[in-house]
Amino acid sequence: MSVAAKRPPLPAILLANDLLDGDVVFATTESDGVIGWTRDPGLALVAADDVAALRLEGFAAAELAAQHVVDAYLVDVELAAGGPVPRHFRERFKTLGPSNRPDLGKQAGEGIARRRSA
Amino acid sequence: MYRYDEFDERFVRDRVTQFRDQVARRLDGSLTEDEFKPLRLKNGVYLQLHAYMLRIAVPYGTLSARQLRQLAVIGERYDRGYGHFTTRQNLQFNWPKLRDVPAILDLLADVEMHCIQTSGNCIRNVTADHFAGVAADELEDPRPVCELIRQWSSAHPEFSYLPRKFKIAVTGAQHDRAVIKAHDIGIRILKHPQSGEAGYEISVGGGLGRTPMIGKVVRDFLPKADLLAYLEAVMRVYNLEGRRDNKYKARVKILVHEIGTEEFRRRVEAEFALLDGPSVNADPEELARIASYFTPPAYEVLSQDSAALSVARAANPDFARWVDTNLTQHRVVGYTAVTISLKPVGLAPGDATSAQMRLVADLAERYSFDELRVTHAQNLVLPHVRKDDLFAIWQALVPAELATANLGLITDIIACPGLDYCALATARSIPIAQAIAHRFADAQRQAGIGELNIKISGCINACGHHHVGHIGILGLEKRGIESYQITIGGDATENAAIGEILGPGLPAEEVPDAIEAIVGVYESERQDGERFIETVRRVGLVPFKAAFRELTDAAA
Repeated sequence: MSVAAKRPPLPAILLANDLLDGDVVFATTESDGVIGWTRDPGLALVAADDVAALRLEGFAAAELAAQHVVDAYLVDVELAAGGPVPRHFRERFKTLGPSNRPDLGKQAGEGIARRRSA
Repeated sequence: MYRYDEFDERFVRDRVTQFRDQVARRLDGSLTEDEFKPLRLKNGVYLQLHAYMLRIAVPYGTLSARQLRQLAVIGERYDRGYGHFTTRQNLQFNWPKLRDVPAILDLLADVEMHCIQTSGNCIRNVTADHFAGVAADELEDPRPVCELIRQWSSAHPEFSYLPRKFKIAVTGAQHDRAVIKAHDIGIRILKHPQSGEAGYEISVGGGLGRTPMIGKVVRDFLPKADLLAYLEAVMRVYNLEGRRDNKYKARVKILVHEIGTEEFRRRVEAEFALLDGPSVNADPEELARIASYFTPPAYEVLSQDSAALSVARAANPDFARWVDTNLTQHRVVGYTAVTISLKPVGLAPGDATSAQMRLVADLAERYSFDELRVTHAQNLVLPHVRKDDLFAIWQALVPAELATANLGLITDIIACPGLDYCALATARSIPIAQAIAHRFADAQRQAGIGELNIKISGCINACGHHHVGHIGILGLEKRGIESYQITIGGDATENAAIGEILGPGLPAEEVPDAIEAIVGVYESERQDGERFIETVRRVGLVPFKAAFRELTDAAA
């Protein structure tokens, strides 16, 4: 599975599914400046220009090759107070969890914590 | 109920071992996702929107209490405490972790269950009338032939890489409750008009999805002994001639449509004539062995009427309404089949918690000869219940939110998982079902409307069977928002029909009003005793389209 060939409008974030549990993860900037993954959409790294988007695409390709994640792709977002919010409703649901079960998924606070570095 | 022999047991255990190794190789990086994906799909593991999803086969929708309890255990231990029953009589878990799947498959194997061929371009779980073996209108229990097809098709070397997925359904009754005309192959058990011998009517080329089609009868009467050879001939023609260059044109329905039913029939018959029937068809002894597992349970001799039932009905209107709505006539005097609705107002159609599964398992064990069924309409059935026991069952179901009296009514909605879970979906289904159920929650109103099947899909793949809903709702994306297209006149029974579109798509919040408008036309047009679908057939689409247009014009 590869990164989507066509880049969406910017600004954008990179999301993927974790290989082990399938949970949605977002590329983020770790404390040392390198890119890692977070489960918290509010901490997603926003690429506002082509250079930043290229960097996310490179990270996605490396992570896919390293078998850390699957289905990694860039998603265009709006910038809101709580962090970036995908413009498309599909990706908004993907960052929240099932809309009929607010007790499940990230909207319920599940797995919202930083995890592995790149 | 069929029980695994040593070969079944070894086959399933070997597959678990094989998949455990495949998962380990995926996790250690030996397998790429491109290499692993077809392997996981062969074992029912999808990657959905929020997590992996595991689809478990429930062959012909029949479960034992022990099996349902094991599903409850898996739901608690490896998922979020619930499972989702599907329109293919399967169960899906929405949140398993990939590393846990081999352990789940082990637990399933412990109770003679598996996920083999619940995905991939192969012959999928064979489905059946959920009242098989008990329906009063049934000629013959279809489950022995389903089991035969299951054994024949499992890991069939020639049919493991078909152009596309392949679905078979079987009914032994006059009234089609298995939607056989919307399957790649639909099998109906019937009697030869002259000889009276039991055999099969074979339909091919039904299916929903982006190109919905009703199956065509290719054999009016097939002797029972010839079944596997004939199926092999159909599958071989499809496997060789079905399109592999375009997945949207790869189903057998497209082949039948493009070359025509007559030509398809000619090719199948030619292939059938070339086959060495005796080497392909099942040994009569094996057929008898399989059939012996489906012998009826030891029913008591009872009277038709139950005094206990009459007393309880008179004393409790809610119970009386449930009895009037959720029971199906049984072939054995004094017994009935009980449908347990998984459609309480406000919850997701087809979802059951582990606690609910355990309760239903207990009831099946105590009151239904340890047997239950999954319906394609996403409900559960206790198939062999003494009428004397109905009140006790209902009392147990009420606190568990399992006593909703809506079988076949407007809130008994089929809905696929939609965009709340499914990676393929383009719009949500569950919230639409919830909104409609809330709108029509009043029990008296539902009863007044009568039989009305609403079916909702969140994309053109039509897992929610919207094409054959009396009212069908298809969720699509339109200019970046969810939009819902409404059809009416679909029918999933022996009178199978594809619904027709009423007008332009609507935003989600307007769907309940649109359903209200459609129901309003029906209520004003219907004649005494007429069901919704009958009114639609009699008056046509014109008044419904007019009401729909009024609604959309007002919103514009």
